[in-house]
Amino acid sequence: MSAPLIALEGVEAGYGPAQVLFGVSFAVNAGEVVTLMGRNGMGKSTTLRTLFGLLPARAGRILINGADLTGAPPHRIASAGLGYVPEGRQIFPRLTVEENLVATASPGRGHGWTLARVYALFPRLEERRRNMGPELSGGEQQMLAIGRALMTNPDLLVLDEATEGLAPVIRADIWTALAALRAEGLAILVVDKNLEALLRLADRHVVMEAGRVTWTGSTAEVQADPSLITRYLEV
Amino acid sequence: MARMSRLRSPGAIALLVTLGFLAALAVAYVQDSTYWMATLARMAALALSAVSLSFLVGQAGLVSFGHAAPVGIGAYAVLIAGEFGVREVMIVLPLAFAAAALFSALTGAIALRTRGVYFIMITLAFAQMAFYVAASLSAFGGDDGMAIAGRSTFLGERILRRDHGLALLAIGLLGVGLFVLGRVTASKFGLVLRAARDNETRVRALGLATYGHRLAALALAGGVAGLSGALLANQAEFVSPSYMNWHVSGQAIVMVALGGAGHLVGGVIGAVAVTLLDEAIGHYTEYWKLGLGLVVVGAALLRGRGLLRRIVGGQHD
Repeated sequence: MSAPLIALEGVEAGYGPAQVLFGVSFAVNAGEVVTLMGRNGMGKSTTLRTLFGLLPARAGRILINGADLTGAPPHRIASAGLGYVPEGRQIFPRLTVEENLVATASPGRGHGWTLARVYALFPRLEERRRNMGPELSGGEQQMLAIGRALMTNPDLLVLDEATEGLAPVIRADIWTALAALRAEGLAILVVDKNLEALLRLADRHVVMEAGRVTWTGSTAEVQADPSLITRYLEV
Repeated sequence: MARMSRLRSPGAIALLVTLGFLAALAVAYVQDSTYWMATLARMAALALSAVSLSFLVGQAGLVSFGHAAPVGIGAYAVLIAGEFGVREVMIVLPLAFAAAALFSALTGAIALRTRGVYFIMITLAFAQMAFYVAASLSAFGGDDGMAIAGRSTFLGERILRRDHGLALLAIGLLGVGLFVLGRVTASKFGLVLRAARDNETRVRALGLATYGHRLAALALAGGVAGLSGALLANQAEFVSPSYMNWHVSGQAIVMVALGGAGHLVGGVIGAVAVTLLDEAIGHYTEYWKLGLGLVVVGAALLRGRGLLRRIVGGQHD
């Protein structure tokens, strides 16, 4: 059995004096879709920021493809095979759609993503390829952020709030695209609030509560025990 | 839209600027005005420096307040090489480029560890250090500076001796500089610089270290500024530490801001505007910078969008 794509082992992190993560441990294997669930403020985004080295881990280890990258700078962690779709999209506003896709691309590795394949996945982006970032709708920006991450040819796509603030039709488009990526064997780690869509998409779920992982299990286990949802997820 | 973007291609812009300068030079030549030929040479040299600073400020988001340093180092390369009997353009220009690029890379390696206001301050500090080092070079004029041994030669011919020859060289270098920096801006390398200007953390989280790109940008812009200095030294036939004075750096920033930092050609527009203001108002009063100040304030009040945007319009910065 090969090493998991990513493994967090007892990771602790926080902002200033406020500790947010208390020994977070979970792993994502190749080709697997895993969700990170929990109510607001439970540490999901902080976990992702720490994974990418944007926030230092105060304790614990972060392994990527078996290599210990705890404390490594973000660009090394990302180029080890992680594609980040940050919360709030954060596309480059003074670049066109196409420039956004190309600027940080690393062609010719991993799943072999190219401009043509991203445009095939999101035809809207091709129509708007010469538009500047801020001229896009929220949904188009999210497609662009996903496309931009795919162009780095990651082994694992990491999405923070994949469909937050998007119209229902656009949400459906995003979930369809993620399902297509999953079908191609791309591993995905996703944070979102849309439980139904997450259950349809993912193999496994990691539930966080107050900076700790309180439950992990498969989609079948979640569906078999509806009390899990009321206990951990409903506000 | 397509025609617009073709007009904005680096080649078309460099060609338009070159032709514009050449037309002005032709008029000056026909009128036999050595004053205007010299002014055009100076204008093109200053424009080259402003374009390289525009590349740093507008494209890479690196506001250097020490751009006079590489310009001055290029000028001193001409002076010092001349003292050793080397006056050939084909040697002196690469030397000026290399010396200025090396200075920019070495100081940039440290300056790039800072951001924002601190980057501005540290580039200013390094330029001041270069200024005082130049002032202490007693063999090369010290504080007072000294005349260069003679204008550079081109393949042994003394074609730069006449002002139109020097102006032609300056205009040619400006055209090449605009074209090359324009191509770099449009390249993948330039995209990374522009993306990092917008959101450095995001670029790093997408797997690219921005430090190396920025260092290379500083070295390239510094080298081009060095060429500008070599031209200015030839034009004035005199080199002194005043080339590296901090208000020369400030004036370069004024040029870039006045012309609009959104496009490299803004540097040309700003340099031409500042030089013309200098020539026009400077004849009447030594307080010509008051006039320049008013123009800069006016430009800033017009929402800081630069002269280019005023003239041709445009939807985004």
